Amino acid sequence: MTLYQRRKLANRVALGFAGVAAAIGLFWLASILWILVAKGVAGLDLQLFTEMTPPPGSDGGLLNAIFGSFVMTLVAIVVGAPVGILAGTYLAEYARYEKTARIGEIVRFVNDILLSAPSIIVGLFIYEVMVVRMGHFSAWAGAMALAVIAVPVVLRTTDDMLTLVPAGLREAAAALGAPRWKVVVTVSYRAAASGMMTGILLAIARVSGETAPLLFTALNNQFWSANMNAPMANLPVVIFQFALSPYENWQHLAWSGALVITATVLLLNIIARVLAARGRSNGD
Amino acid sequence: MTAPQQRREIKIETALGDRPKVEGGEVPAEKITIRDLKFFYGDREALHGISLPVYAKRVTAFIGPSGCGKSTLLRVLNRMYDLYPNQRAEGTVLLDGEDILAKSKDVNLIRTKIGMVFQKPTPFPMAIYENIAFGIRLYEKLSQPEMDARVESALRKAALWDEVKDKLAASGLSLSGGQQQRLCIARAIAVKPEVLLLDEPASALDPISTAKIEELIGELQRDYTIAIVTHNLQQAARVSDHTAFLFLGNLVEFGPTDTLFTRPKDKRTEDYITGRFG
Repeated sequence: MTLYQRRKLANRVALGFAGVAAAIGLFWLASILWILVAKGVAGLDLQLFTEMTPPPGSDGGLLNAIFGSFVMTLVAIVVGAPVGILAGTYLAEYARYEKTARIGEIVRFVNDILLSAPSIIVGLFIYEVMVVRMGHFSAWAGAMALAVIAVPVVLRTTDDMLTLVPAGLREAAAALGAPRWKVVVTVSYRAAASGMMTGILLAIARVSGETAPLLFTALNNQFWSANMNAPMANLPVVIFQFALSPYENWQHLAWSGALVITATVLLLNIIARVLAARGRSNGD
Repeated sequence: MTAPQQRREIKIETALGDRPKVEGGEVPAEKITIRDLKFFYGDREALHGISLPVYAKRVTAFIGPSGCGKSTLLRVLNRMYDLYPNQRAEGTVLLDGEDILAKSKDVNLIRTKIGMVFQKPTPFPMAIYENIAFGIRLYEKLSQPEMDARVESALRKAALWDEVKDKLAASGLSLSGGQQQRLCIARAIAVKPEVLLLDEPASALDPISTAKIEELIGELQRDYTIAIVTHNLQQAARVSDHTAFLFLGNLVEFGPTDTLFTRPKDKRTEDYITGRFG
């Protein structure tokens, strides 16, 4: 066998392995989606979105859980996104050179740890600092736990996207006599806007599926509640409880809830990708 | 301000052709005076004590091989290096007699007097109109009609008005490379600077756009003091009144462009302009 033939053979073998590996990954993803749709689609009706979680054995929906998830995610992003954007701005715009670059590296490293920290630990942390001190579970605590998870996601994407803004653009703005903050707010943010939006959407997607941090914080609520100072229902914890229950109607609702979350997260991810692609095409 | 645009025929002469320009006579005033300027990137000294005048309402070209410090010198003149904490300058740069390197000088105010255009066109990711208005809004509060007039006059001076007047709301990024560069020039002159620094403004452009930019430099010279860095010797010869040849961080020779290109005093200048190195 010549060297060339051997190389071609090696290429085919490697390509074969890569193909099989990709197929295995996709197989599980497809089967998860298939089971979700198969089991969840039956329960997708108006009732699901208009009625409260029922007691065992009777009919109901997930309205209070959907509402709770929505509210807590909203509060988490309203609190977490600005923190992440400001911190990311500091890293990309101010901690770039010399002395501050060292601080920047440390912050980046710590943020990466936070990004991959198990979310149950975030839940325990908020339990300790909020739930224990306040003496009861609450939607505020749930939202704060989710905010802590959202911050590193937004921080990371903001940092990355601002770092991609060409230095020439900043110099051009500075050359017109624009002060530093003005350069950041009017030129860098504008150039990185779609990427930063993507980061926020990804944070929403990440946060809306989190269960562990809510278990010790917002807990759950069988009834409608819009009181942020009280336990609040939310989709992930409802799914967790209902799926483990022996009651068939609860199990059906759990499947439908899982489908709703998955579809929402998928949609957010698609929007994020479209935004990112659009940002690239009219970026530099 | 809104003098009618005189569109000369675009003409690219060869290096030492019959370049139309104001010859000698009275000595022009020094707009910028550079005295014993040293520049450091960290510990590395990139400019070793340069002294040089930039004459008012004349075009001064900085030429020299890559790494000779010509761009560095240009970036000192509007304190662009201030953005980077590990870069510093020593010496004196006088603008109308005032030292702009003095720590007490407000760097942003200096930059409103000394505009800069970069090698790569850098339109902001916003509408063409907003690109021009951006700099004006930083230091002036104008009514809408006043602003419209300023934007139009800047675009006219940069010979871009006719091409963009119907799409001022379009993104600056939608323009061609040559148009983008003229937009950047318009943006720089919109804030009414006294000096324009051009850092290889045509090196990323095609020959026709280059010719337009060079023609523009000739016209802007009437109102502004211009310093231009260029790799292109013919371009230096075509557009400039005075030329400085830099080599390894030193000023080798400075003089009227005609003299420097035809009767260089220094052997290194002669070698460079005749293409023996660089």
